[in-house]
Amino acid sequence: MDEIKEGIEQIECDVLVIGGGTAGPMAALKAKRKNPKANVILLDKANVKRSGAISMGMDGLNNSVIPGYATPEQYTKEITIANDGICDQAAVYRYAEECYGIIQELDSFGIRFQKDNNGEYDVKKVHHIGTYVLPMPNGDTVKKALYRQLRKSRINIVNRYMATRLLTSGDRVAGAICVNTRSAEFLVVKAKAVIMCLGAAGRLGLPTSGYLYGTYENAANSGEGYAMAYHAGAALANLECYQINPLIKDYNGPACAYVAGPLGGYTTNAGGDRFIECDYWSGQMMQEFYDELQSGNGPVFLKLNHLAEETISEIERILHIVERPTRGHFHEGRGTDYRKQMIEMHISEIGFCSGHSASGVYVDENARTTIKGLYAAGDMANVPHNYMLGAFTNGAIAGEDAIDYAADVDFAAFDEADILAEKTRVLAPTRRDDGVPPNQIEYKTRRLVNDYLQPPKVTAKMELAQQRLAEVRDDMNNAMYVSNAHELMRSLEAASILDCADMAAHASLYRTESRWGLYHNRVDYERNDKDWFCHTLLTKGKNNSPTSRKEAVKPYIVDIADDEKDAYNHQRVTAAE
Amino acid sequence: MPLAQSSTSVPVVVNDDLCIADKGCTVCVEVCPLDVLRITDMADGRKTAHMEYDECWYCMPCEADCPTGAVKVNLPYLLK
Repeated sequence: MDEIKEGIEQIECDVLVIGGGTAGPMAALKAKRKNPKANVILLDKANVKRSGAISMGMDGLNNSVIPGYATPEQYTKEITIANDGICDQAAVYRYAEECYGIIQELDSFGIRFQKDNNGEYDVKKVHHIGTYVLPMPNGDTVKKALYRQLRKSRINIVNRYMATRLLTSGDRVAGAICVNTRSAEFLVVKAKAVIMCLGAAGRLGLPTSGYLYGTYENAANSGEGYAMAYHAGAALANLECYQINPLIKDYNGPACAYVAGPLGGYTTNAGGDRFIECDYWSGQMMQEFYDELQSGNGPVFLKLNHLAEETISEIERILHIVERPTRGHFHEGRGTDYRKQMIEMHISEIGFCSGHSASGVYVDENARTTIKGLYAAGDMANVPHNYMLGAFTNGAIAGEDAIDYAADVDFAAFDEADILAEKTRVLAPTRRDDGVPPNQIEYKTRRLVNDYLQPPKVTAKMELAQQRLAEVRDDMNNAMYVSNAHELMRSLEAASILDCADMAAHASLYRTESRWGLYHNRVDYERNDKDWFCHTLLTKGKNNSPTSRKEAVKPYIVDIADDEKDAYNHQRVTAAE
Repeated sequence: MPLAQSSTSVPVVVNDDLCIADKGCTVCVEVCPLDVLRITDMADGRKTAHMEYDECWYCMPCEADCPTGAVKVNLPYLLK
């Protein structure tokens, strides 16, 4: 079983989409529909039918910009403020303009969105300023509906191949090297354009349960996109702005400001008292959450037990079926009934994910990275606060731009030696007789991330992290051992996780100020707008280790008045209330 | 360093009597995002699906997509 076989095959296509979760299928569909003669490949290390963050579906759209409820200007302003001003507005604005068309398209695929008695979209207010949250009554059908469209459009789907490195030629992308997750056979895909849709780096910190796969993000999202972009020479932005979410303690279910909030649920301390004004997350809200957890008022709870029976049943119906179907089992196992007890909350492990923060591969409003022909969309691309609808919309933008790019260029030549070098790297753990298995390399990396890299961030601790992570890297390079192809996949994931940990340490040390509340709370530095109102861009340096530089925030296209800038800064309920 | 095997209780349980792996069904194996399920031979010569690797996100496609209701996803012991 999972026996390692030798073998290598080469194929070619116009556009290669890596990752078949949310952004990827939409990118592939849009590319193929714009040029039906083109060869579009959608590749996934799992099976596109059920891969990615929305494997089982989604409860709703967090950020729909629907005429009559919100405008692109208002949304762009909200996200700019929520992201502490560090935001290239062009990509956010373009998303806001185009996402309504995508909602209608998803509707035509058979994915329904909640409407009121007048047939209007039933949009709920959760954010500080605008109204963007739209429930999805049949959200469990999303992946099936997408898959039907992929088959109808005759997209070439390649399942169970994991991309390990991009091929490049000068400043252009040339394809990708992939390995079969069940046989270790190699597949080289030559492509005129490549769209990366590999999701978050969700296996970076260790969850409170200590179970490696009990992560907030789908545990298959182990940061390959970030690592591959880095090794190909692309720039990654604002990696110090981690993803950290409020979660049910020990279980990876979100607090659900989106679901429970509009129905009257809220976050409290152990005394049942509200301590934050608004449950919509932001770095500032997470800082208050963290402070309350650490204080004598902790821990923190989600309070629903004041609600009417029909409201609680409605919340259970939504929360226990679609996005996290085991959530009901979890509460049952602990004897928690929403009607009687409050639900203990905690904060998630850290990760990279621009869907919920700003840490991602640097892209412009066309989803182009800093490498020609290479695109990124979804959770791994740094369009902030993007969520599922952002993945669909930016996937569509990437697909349409990439297919035009591919029409004008020939295949880029690449160095065959790169393939040989990658084959040697990938197979090294199979060439040893014993050693350290990937799960131990991964556990140690992630435990060090928790010990030294999660906020509050302290310079001396992060420097210790770098030393210790270098020791783990040495072990990984010289002593990691795998016995079959499945473990080989895990060893490649462990390598991506270690790359992400190194990037997290480097980016966090580079920005010597505190910003985004808890996400980049460098306790030995104050906020410093004069020197740090900028992106930080991380690339692979000449010595094969990360290097960082500042990049100016592009001039705003939607102005933010001075008195609007700190709408997210005052989160704590004041004593007077 | 030499290796040892240590036991772990796994979250995904398959009812052998309901599983139709013998008829060629591999739905649960195919849909698992973490690729942790496999088909194995039982003592009586029939085939069944089982959890080969304890690397589960308890996301449930295996349970939801099983045509005979043979698969049950429990919460991993460490977090339940």
